[in-house]
Amino acid sequence: MGITNGTTNRAYEPGSEGSTAGAGGRGRRGNGLASEGERHQGRAQGEGLATALGWFSIGLGLAQLTAPGGVASLVGAGDGGDNRRLMRGLGMREIASGIGILTKPQPAEWMWARVAGDVMDLALLGATLRSGDARRGRTVAATAAVLGVAALDYYAAQRLSRGGAAERGIRVRKSITVNRPAEEVYGFWRDFENLPRFMRHLESVETTGEGRSHWKAKGPAGTAIEWDAETTEDRPNELIAWRSVEGADVDNDGVVRFTPAAGGRGTEVHVELNYEPPAGKLGAMVAKLFGEEPSGQVTDDLRRFKQVLETGEVVYSDASLHRGMHAAQPPKERQFPRDDSEPRLVADRSAAAAASTTSNLDRSSTTARSGHGEARA
Amino acid sequence: MKATCWMGKKKVEVRDVPDPQILNQRDAIVRITSTAICGSDLHLYNGFNPTMERGDILGHEFMGEVMEVGRGVKNLKVGDRVVVPFPIACGNCNACKAEAYSLCENSNPNAWLSEKMLGHPVCGIFGYSHLTGGYAGGQAEFARVPFADVGPLKIENGFTDEQVLFLSDILPTGYMGAEMCDIQAGDVIAVWGAGPVGLFAIKSAQLLGAERVIAIDRFPYRLDMARDRAGATDVINYEEVDSVLETLKELTGGRGPDKCIDAVGMEAHSPGLQYAYDRTKQAMMLESDRPIALREAIMACRSGGTVSVIGVYSGFIDKFPAGALMNRSITIKSGQCHVQRYMKPLLERIRRGEIDPTMVITHTMPLHDAPKGYDIFNRKQDNCEKVVLKA
Repeated sequence: MGITNGTTNRAYEPGSEGSTAGAGGRGRRGNGLASEGERHQGRAQGEGLATALGWFSIGLGLAQLTAPGGVASLVGAGDGGDNRRLMRGLGMREIASGIGILTKPQPAEWMWARVAGDVMDLALLGATLRSGDARRGRTVAATAAVLGVAALDYYAAQRLSRGGAAERGIRVRKSITVNRPAEEVYGFWRDFENLPRFMRHLESVETTGEGRSHWKAKGPAGTAIEWDAETTEDRPNELIAWRSVEGADVDNDGVVRFTPAAGGRGTEVHVELNYEPPAGKLGAMVAKLFGEEPSGQVTDDLRRFKQVLETGEVVYSDASLHRGMHAAQPPKERQFPRDDSEPRLVADRSAAAAASTTSNLDRSSTTARSGHGEARA
Repeated sequence: MKATCWMGKKKVEVRDVPDPQILNQRDAIVRITSTAICGSDLHLYNGFNPTMERGDILGHEFMGEVMEVGRGVKNLKVGDRVVVPFPIACGNCNACKAEAYSLCENSNPNAWLSEKMLGHPVCGIFGYSHLTGGYAGGQAEFARVPFADVGPLKIENGFTDEQVLFLSDILPTGYMGAEMCDIQAGDVIAVWGAGPVGLFAIKSAQLLGAERVIAIDRFPYRLDMARDRAGATDVINYEEVDSVLETLKELTGGRGPDKCIDAVGMEAHSPGLQYAYDRTKQAMMLESDRPIALREAIMACRSGGTVSVIGVYSGFIDKFPAGALMNRSITIKSGQCHVQRYMKPLLERIRRGEIDPTMVITHTMPLHDAPKGYDIFNRKQDNCEKVVLKA
């Protein structure tokens, strides 16, 4: 079922497609990037600094948790109950950042979280200054210290982000297994106009001829995004690769690979998607806060793709019809128009109910039924 | 239509809600004639599932008459009498093809949520929170049944509703619990929990050839039912003995039961410190489930035996006897019941008189009394074992 001759699982060999069109996307934007060696060196420096900052976070967090009044006094804020509570909260945040930086293999995001934390701290210190308490000198000193640490955090975050696989953009890799032969799976994806059926953020895709297509998508916070794309590689039943053309709202490229699933279980679909989020990394983090998380979206899209191919449609539940949380009750309005063009086994609900009522009377003891208007025999 | 809605912790109300509609081509709409309250509904009632939404319609054990079918349903027609299994299964994915229907890969639109909490997505279930898809449940007058060509079992005349209703959930669940034990001739089986699922597990163990079946519970009326109706050969009231482990050893010549069935799940109870420990941890949100019965079953089980877990758990537990498990070659088998697999064979057993499912029913009431039904079932009042609601 869908096993093509000579296919090896190349899903995890970057750049092995051999195409000069750069289907994988990495290195495509080679202009102005540091060499491999320079990137590694920069990363190592970043990592040493990150470790130090991680331990600093933990130390500071512990101090804030165990001596909140003391730390508050130290930065020139009052010693009251509210400040202590706030300080404890900040302490927990510091410890969480510290643990994240020290334990995660890719600490860049946690370092950016530290930067965000520093911005928050500066805002709090600013508020303290404006509130007019007696220890201005201390608060000013604390602000200077935080600025210094923030600069270090930013520097470390930059270093860590460089040399990582996702240079400036977001990279998503997800896979799913579909219990259908590769021809069917590839064929459905290849007709790009099918994609909005299961990709929720896509409004429409139009083939504009000769390996080109025009895409419209819904961006975060209700924005609209459009771009033109070209298919850079197309190996039937194996692989489709594409990239956006110059002038796209969002630069993106990707590849989807179709490989036979072990044990005759159908076809594995591996998606790799690279894109530059509109507001850069920080914009992506903000979007994450609002529930727009690219790898989650891709996974859900792939799940709907599997549903369409295996069961014929996207599967709905009463609650999932609606965006956001909704009680699990049938919808109020009629959702889909009745299609009267095909014969359909439909009963008028009231008629069938009345008929059953009548047969209940046959079975059980008769109970007088007060007239419901039309009597049914 | 009228439907039983979850309105908060320990709060259900029968409310007016819109009638169900066909949303997918393989849907059917069923007019419900009988439905029941499940022990696992009590986990929702008692507030243990954080993905409930005020207004969710409850209920996953129901049967009735087909009122409407979508274009994709070829095997059912209007007027057919059906029992509907609680797992929603598409029939086309690899899991369904392997008859592991409660693992259906397509039927949960909130797969991302169950993947986060459980590692991989699980199937959609009627009326069982947004973790399982947010489907409206069957403690109502009508229900929308997705994949109606896979799930519902057609029932011919000759059976009352009460005889076949439990094919929707608890009878196959008890049976699967016993089947997972792989019962050999001469086996002694111990069943924790003499609720309806426990009773069906006891009966099934007997049918599958167990030599002795020991029921463990604390309510005398439930232990009586286990012995008189389900065929348990021995009963243990765990509040009246010093140690369930020791009592089980006495009953089995020091060996321990060969196979153990946990038909209790996450809201387990015990006298003394263990319960206090787990209940406190639960209140502090440090532990989501109380695995008291599970721990006991593993410790009690004969070395090399099997512990079959059909009691519902939803999250994480504490103090799991991993040492006992590993060092004594204990096998654990578990799962939400793959109901579709068992419905036809069990209907045959009912037809032949081998099982009388009505043995668990103690209360029947109209749908609008559902709140009362939940209350007495939860508090085990009035010798309540199983509540059937008539729509």
